[in-house]
Amino acid sequence: MSVEAHEIIPIPQPPKDDVTIGGTARRTLSSPWASAVVIVITVLWTIPTFGLLVTSLRPSGPATNSGWWTVFTDPELTLQNYAEVLGGGEIVSGGILPYFFNSFAIAIPAAIFPLVIATMCAYALAWIPFKGATVLFFMIFALQIVPLQMALLPLLQLFNLGWSIGPVPIIPDLNLGGTYIPLWVAHTMFALPLAVFLLHNFMAQLPRDLMEAAVVDGASHFMIFRKIVLPLSVPAIASFAIFQFLWVWNDLLVALTFAGGTPDVAPITAYLANIVGSYGAKTHLITAGAFIAIVVPLIVFFALQRFFVRGLLAGSVKG
Amino acid sequence: MIWDNIIAGLPKIGIALAAVAAFLGILLILFFVLGRIRGKFANPLAGIMFLGPAILLLIIGLVVPTIQTISKSFYNASGQKFIGLANYGWIFTTENNQKVLINTALWIIVAPIFSTGVGLLLALLLDKMKRESIPKSLIFMPMAISFVGASIIWGLVYAYRDPSQEQVGLLSQVVLWLGMEPPNWLLLQPWNNFLLMVIMIWIQTGFAMVVLSAAIKAIPHDVIEAATLDGARGWRLFSRVTVPMVRTTLIVVFTTILIATLKIFDIVRVMTNGNFGTQIVANEMYSQAFVQFDVGRGSALAVILFLGVIPIVSYNIVQLRKERAVR
Repeated sequence: MSVEAHEIIPIPQPPKDDVTIGGTARRTLSSPWASAVVIVITVLWTIPTFGLLVTSLRPSGPATNSGWWTVFTDPELTLQNYAEVLGGGEIVSGGILPYFFNSFAIAIPAAIFPLVIATMCAYALAWIPFKGATVLFFMIFALQIVPLQMALLPLLQLFNLGWSIGPVPIIPDLNLGGTYIPLWVAHTMFALPLAVFLLHNFMAQLPRDLMEAAVVDGASHFMIFRKIVLPLSVPAIASFAIFQFLWVWNDLLVALTFAGGTPDVAPITAYLANIVGSYGAKTHLITAGAFIAIVVPLIVFFALQRFFVRGLLAGSVKG
Repeated sequence: MIWDNIIAGLPKIGIALAAVAAFLGILLILFFVLGRIRGKFANPLAGIMFLGPAILLLIIGLVVPTIQTISKSFYNASGQKFIGLANYGWIFTTENNQKVLINTALWIIVAPIFSTGVGLLLALLLDKMKRESIPKSLIFMPMAISFVGASIIWGLVYAYRDPSQEQVGLLSQVVLWLGMEPPNWLLLQPWNNFLLMVIMIWIQTGFAMVVLSAAIKAIPHDVIEAATLDGARGWRLFSRVTVPMVRTTLIVVFTTILIATLKIFDIVRVMTNGNFGTQIVANEMYSQAFVQFDVGRGSALAVILFLGVIPIVSYNIVQLRKERAVR
């Protein structure tokens, strides 16, 4: 996931009677030219991915020595590349599956942790009255200003050596190398500013009466949070969960920095970035590997596109 | 073999799920215990419980590292010796780095303009189509693909073979069909930079299209009708009515893509690793910090990115505060 947001995108709701520009235009000037241009662009946009899919399905000879479009004259397809990439073989020893599982093992917690922590934080900022809540909200929002790159070196040091001020250790060396923990923690930290911002925007609009009634009934904040706010916030939470999952799944920078390239913890993106360099000539295997890597986000994307778009419109995405 | 690999991989998912379960379990217990507490400590305790984890993580993960990175940028490669602005001097005066800065500037101008431009064009055209959902999904699809995956996909498009051989790269083949001789695309300076930007544009256009399309659909009908009655059509309608009506959205889309472009490093890393005159600040930062192990220069480059982002995000914050004030 590739976009970054800092701002709710202010889009007014379409008018209820459905008389929009779109409606009129459709009735008055459904233009064949517009359709033609859109179809051309759509084809241009789709061809590269289609080329990847076709190449990954061709035997090694044709895949390496001829263009994928020759498949129309030489329609020989095979699943052998996938078998080799998944099962491991002479060239890709061990196969891609360990990395594939790493990606899941990294992305599932790295999507849930920041969501839960950000939901709690957003609730406090919106509904627990305290001095400085607005200032704190803007400070958290402003932290989006910090590019990932700023935090990488110090965090790496923290995970590897611990932290000390002078000789006094604040956080000891936790020996976290070779585990998923640095990746989970790093992704959680980097996700928080945007997550808090989006969820706060959503929660602040929940009906005030509902909260006040609950307080009058003597419910604690923990009760209100669990019984009222969480269930009502499911749409916002779902949108962000999808973003965060896709973002973590597709991330390379955090992965390379905190996981290295070992099959123990490195995700599939790090593996792909490596093999592009070292198996440059094995096009048929690289394309099969790449397709395995993108098929998960594509499934998530097409299955949950509605949530995805809603999230985009509510607050755009992150980086 | 595949089954062995799957069985070997399952414990990893188990670890992940166990971590999630432990995390949620601890929270539930804390919620249960703290929820019992009544009296004057109830509210402060709740505040600490709800805000504490996020604030702690933000301080450890973003605030302190930012300060550390800024301070390290004034130190030498090993981080031991204070060298003042020497790292910044190195960035701005060596010829290589000036090229890096120019490339980065090109990226953040070209990629957002084309992504937003094509996205706006598509949003307008889609508005006139009956079946917009299929093209929309297909153009939006690259958003779900990682930059690494996208780079592999486009590697197939840009692949080069000697023109006497059978071609494997689509772009070369198209050029040959047109009767010209294809160059070695990724070595072709300075055009290779633009070929890499195409990948970014390919990914971001869908984002711009979806957001702008929603904004255009939300323009009230009477505005368009009034303009049409006044004789506005085609280009005039577009430039005088449609674009001003979606101006805020346009700016947000543009700045969003701009910041993403400034920070992106994966495309260059995978496609050329910054060789052949395609280096950009984000990838140079990674190379300096994690390949050369020059902490000082790496930090200074990160600070440059930081300084690049500040004006744009500040602008957005000011806008947001204005909106809040209006509400």
